[in-house]
Amino acid sequence: MNSPLVLSESAEPRLRGDLGVWLVILLELLTFAILFVSFAFARTREVELFNASQSTLNLNTGALNTALLITGSWCVASAVRAVQRNASALGARWLLGALACGAGFVAVKLTEFADKLAAGVDLSTNTFYMFYFFLTGFHFLHVVVGMLALTYLWVKTRRGAYGSHDCHALETGAAFWHMVDLLWIVLFPLVYVMR
Amino acid sequence: MSDYSLTRVWLILLAVTAVTYWIGEGGLSGQGSMVPVLVIFGLAFVKGLLVCLDFLELRHAPAMWRWVVIGWLIVVLGLIVLAYAISLR
Repeated sequence: MNSPLVLSESAEPRLRGDLGVWLVILLELLTFAILFVSFAFARTREVELFNASQSTLNLNTGALNTALLITGSWCVASAVRAVQRNASALGARWLLGALACGAGFVAVKLTEFADKLAAGVDLSTNTFYMFYFFLTGFHFLHVVVGMLALTYLWVKTRRGAYGSHDCHALETGAAFWHMVDLLWIVLFPLVYVMR
Repeated sequence: MSDYSLTRVWLILLAVTAVTYWIGEGGLSGQGSMVPVLVIFGLAFVKGLLVCLDFLELRHAPAMWRWVVIGWLIVVLGLIVLAYAISLR
């Protein structure tokens, strides 16, 4: 955890966050890349079915969730910036904001899943819904994991555990949270918008 | 980067999302042409780039890491656009 790079105050280029977690991030990006591209190419075989099924999704809640994740990412980036200035209390408030956005996302997504299941739609309905549940469900799990990490970081930040001397754990959690946002930025237009 | 620019990035991301939403809501996303495909995934590229450079702070990271993530965006969005081009043939 205590890489000498982290303590460097110089303007030298450095990767924010733990190298191990960054390798996990690359693995996640690769996994989702395969899923996104599979979705797009599966669609070429059943364009009408994909377009008809997609029109049953709620664009409003999809867009709301995009805004929540983007805002959550902004909160986390602002938290890191605050803690780097040794403003732990402010940093903790930003993290709480990010957690609120995450909770909002979870609530909206659960409602969406419940609506689909109540309408008798599930993984086995057709190829589109198989991808829809798999992609958004897998992404949902990442949001939950990210929220657990943020909760831990919020507790530690409130206690003043991080500061300009050591921001490594917070930067690591932030990198994971931004990855979750980045994945949704591709998922939203692909699954909800483009016909 | 200052807090001000983080806020600016956030507002740009929200504005770009609003444009994407508006295109979808207006029924402009399925016109049987490549124009909306390129616009929508082009906007997704802009959003992804901002998240990479300014939230993930890859702007200040070693170039290799920056290009791995930007390269991921280019390859994924490029292949998606290719799939839409095939479906429109």
